[in-house]
Amino acid sequence: MTVFSVVVYSMLGVGSLLAAGRLALGPSLLDRVVATDTLLVIITAGLAVYAALERDPTIVPVLVVVSLLAFVGSVAVARYVGGMLMRSTDDDSEETGLGPAGAGQSPPRSGEASS
Amino acid sequence: MNDFDSVPDWIAAGLLLVGAFLCLTAGLGVLRFPDVLARMHAGTKPQVMGVLLIMIGGAIRLTGWSATWMLLLVAAFQLITAPVNAHMVSRIAYRRRHVRRDLLVVDELVDAPRGAELRAGQEGMRGDQPADAPTGDETEPEVSEDEDVPGDDAGEQEAAADEPTRGPRG
Repeated sequence: MTVFSVVVYSMLGVGSLLAAGRLALGPSLLDRVVATDTLLVIITAGLAVYAALERDPTIVPVLVVVSLLAFVGSVAVARYVGGMLMRSTDDDSEETGLGPAGAGQSPPRSGEASS
Repeated sequence: MNDFDSVPDWIAAGLLLVGAFLCLTAGLGVLRFPDVLARMHAGTKPQVMGVLLIMIGGAIRLTGWSATWMLLLVAAFQLITAPVNAHMVSRIAYRRRHVRRDLLVVDELVDAPRGAELRAGQEGMRGDQPADAPTGDETEPEVSEDEDVPGDDAGEQEAAADEPTRGPRG
């Protein structure tokens, strides 16, 4: 059954490498949030596969912790980006890379700058 | 190392294999798809189905009720939190205009005025957009993104990097 475990682990490894690639070159913060979420889910799946193949139930509480952390982390970053939405101007949106996708092609409305 | 010698073990092996394949698919889709919503569509596949299959496979393989209940807890937690997570990330993505609107089939929020401006009695901005988002030519807001090859990540990143510098400032 080593062939089976090699196949399963290589699928999980390639999937996590691809998600890590998107995490590295994602153009915006939300792409990185989605990539981090996918990466943590794949890590959870890998730990569960290890626990199932080795019949090792001591890994199982780690699964609960990792899935909780995935949810809390992505919701926290999403709320953080949503809070930046209310106060951000064009200048710091350049710095954080969080500018709107069509930024720079159309001038902002003149009445909107008085926030 | 492994002992697969009965029928439930082979069923568990099949479930683990399908779950791992879903994880591979998710990584591929997250890397290849063009915008945030499509990447979420790809990335949420192992979040529900893959984790569910792998947890069932693990519950078959592992003996003892405590491990089974904990795996069931993880599966139920994924089922509960995945819609919440997807809702929040996609809402912020739409408001920050990380959505490629030229790829959308239906955009029901185009004509919806924002709530704050309705309360203020003003004419609403188009769509569920932030108040500080640059508005202007709404009919063709993302001209340069149309030229991107959807899988060309480096070009997309460079386009996002040099877009704010050449635009007019208000």
